[in-house]
Amino acid sequence: MANMSEQINVSASPHVRSKMSTSRIMFCVIISLLPASVYGIYQFGFNAALLIATCVAACVATEFLYELIIKKPKTIGDLSAVLTGLLLALNLPPDATWWMAIIGSVFAILVVKMLFGGLGQNFMNPALAGRCFLVICFAARMTSFSYDGVTSATPLAIIRDGGSVNLMDMFMGKIPGTIGEVSTVLLLAGAIFLIVTGIIDFRIPCAYLVTFVLFIGVFAGHGWDLSYIAAQLCGGGLMLGAFFMATDYVTSPITKPGRLLFGISCGLLTGLFRVFSSSAEGVSYAIIISNLLVPLMERITMPKCFGKGGEI
Amino acid sequence: MSGLSFKGGIHTYEGKELTKDKKIIDLLPSQELVFPLSQHIGAPATPIVSVGDRVLRGQKIAEASGFVSANIFSSVSGTVKAIENRRNVQGNMTRSIVIENDDTYEEAPPIPVRSIAEMTKEEVIAIIKEAGIVGMGGAGFPTHVKLSPKDPAKIHYVIANCAECEPYLTSDYRRMIEEPEKLVAGLKIILCLFEHAKGILAVEDNKPDCIRVLKDLCINEPRISVKVVKTKYPQGSERQLIYATTQHAINSSMLPADAGCIVNNVDTIVAVYHAVIEGRPLMERIVTVTGDAIKYPQNYRVYTGTYYDDLIEAAGGFKAKPGKIISGGPMMGFALYDTHVPVTKSSSAVTAFLKDPVSDCTPGACINCGRCVDACPSRLLPSRLADIAEHYDEDKFVSLNGMECVECGCCSYICPAKRHLTQEIKMMRQTVLANRKKSK
Repeated sequence: MANMSEQINVSASPHVRSKMSTSRIMFCVIISLLPASVYGIYQFGFNAALLIATCVAACVATEFLYELIIKKPKTIGDLSAVLTGLLLALNLPPDATWWMAIIGSVFAILVVKMLFGGLGQNFMNPALAGRCFLVICFAARMTSFSYDGVTSATPLAIIRDGGSVNLMDMFMGKIPGTIGEVSTVLLLAGAIFLIVTGIIDFRIPCAYLVTFVLFIGVFAGHGWDLSYIAAQLCGGGLMLGAFFMATDYVTSPITKPGRLLFGISCGLLTGLFRVFSSSAEGVSYAIIISNLLVPLMERITMPKCFGKGGEI
Repeated sequence: MSGLSFKGGIHTYEGKELTKDKKIIDLLPSQELVFPLSQHIGAPATPIVSVGDRVLRGQKIAEASGFVSANIFSSVSGTVKAIENRRNVQGNMTRSIVIENDDTYEEAPPIPVRSIAEMTKEEVIAIIKEAGIVGMGGAGFPTHVKLSPKDPAKIHYVIANCAECEPYLTSDYRRMIEEPEKLVAGLKIILCLFEHAKGILAVEDNKPDCIRVLKDLCINEPRISVKVVKTKYPQGSERQLIYATTQHAINSSMLPADAGCIVNNVDTIVAVYHAVIEGRPLMERIVTVTGDAIKYPQNYRVYTGTYYDDLIEAAGGFKAKPGKIISGGPMMGFALYDTHVPVTKSSSAVTAFLKDPVSDCTPGACINCGRCVDACPSRLLPSRLADIAEHYDEDKFVSLNGMECVECGCCSYICPAKRHLTQEIKMMRQTVLANRKKSK
């Protein structure tokens, strides 16, 4: 007979768990962003490194202090604050200041994430909300980009004004822009890693990019000019947004058809903002507005259950 | 080999290599055996022996008390020591007959049978009922009830559930390798009851040797076919298996018979063979003793009523103090806090792990990743249902089809936040069922 004084675990089935955990998912996304981050530092120098470090530290510290003050369990171990910090930094212009980074981080973590209940409860992507907050607060600084020490227009602004850009430079990242958005090739490498490992669902970026291209083709007035479309795809943080921000689990639909709708919504809004608004870029706003539509998208794409039509 | 399948499900570590090649060993029980009166779905059986009586191996000791109930037979000869409350695998105290083994294994006369060709369908079902056969895959539903649908002419498929999708278990596998002819013969007996039915042996594609053996045996059986299903958990779940093999989907308000199907587990079909051909009642089964905490993992032919202790001891005991001991497999088994409980008709395995992965993880917040939605074979939204269960919202739970859950455990397994999704949903389902009963 088993010795009853010995302790043995008893719980309801199942008794095994997969190895995948929240922190491992966050870690994989961080890894996938590293090439683009390192390139950003290489390209834009010390200030870029400082901004990345500041954002990450500020995000983690904000979450930790908030939980310390309201006496909640500490959740910084799940690495989601690290990821938010990194994404926010990658969305900052390389000339942003350290205190802007802190303001953006505190807004992202405190206001957008923690006040709504922490991880899983935020209805908007915290990093993008932080960026948008900074754009509203410091419009001039947030939209001025320098390259090789000279303030210059982004490729999207150039083609908007009828100029031409070097596509190869855009693809490789030799253009002005935010720290993490410039190198399309490295972002794609990270994105492929995430799709292959099953961390992100290809549905969102695919629906996003396809919709965007169709919209641009029909409404931008350049027809199906391939070099124009390629420039639009490589510029303005579209790759960063489509693969790393729109795919944020918390703020995208849980259902697969819902994710397609979400991608379409992001694509339409990005196209709309780029073609018809006064600013050349629009990825951030497109994604956070689509975030707000997620509950609706989930509701109309509720799966049918097995035995009632959902088995096919 | 790609097999028939269903949407959803998970791929776990199978762990079957521990016991896959271990031949079934006969295990004789120790001094005392316990026979719970309730080891099936339905009314508990009524004892027909009293304390002090001498009983023989194969003697009926408790009788079915109603249509949905089952007879219970002593698996040893000896003396009835007590009829009292004893602990069962679920941890509850239930009324049981305790028999002192006299080690002579003196046999009672078998159930009278005639050749299958001479018997009517009613007689065959009567023998199956008499033999106390219940679903041996885990649920323990009386087999004679399953084999008596409203309209037998409308049964088009009799499916032998040879999937054994539960990780670590190899009892059905060994049965198929060592006694495949009994499985096929048992299936043929059941097919005699349903003249419009085809027999299907549904085997997962990770058992190519079984597939080969069974295909060879069925070459001259026009009514029986072997269907290869994809290796995926929960392929052996009744609804999912019916769908994979016949493309009929049933929900919780339907019986397999509504889709023209009857599903039986390997061991159950072999028990039917033993009963109808040899007149032997159900008093033994194959049990896998496995897990990384067991010294010599093994498959045993065990007499019902044997203590789990005896099984573990026979397998060399524990390597070190186990973190968790499970009756059944890791996905749907019961965690034991005491191994001094008896093997019943539906015990398929004892799995002992050195470490309990569940107590090592802390549930975190849902990150809405949708892995549970992809894994759910019932196509539900497990994370939402668990939230609703936490808030105790019965109406919403039912309207989001919470009652369609088959409690397979895929969502809890796959959840990266380590939430106890299945457990929450299971609890809410039980509450809803209890409230429905109350309001009737």
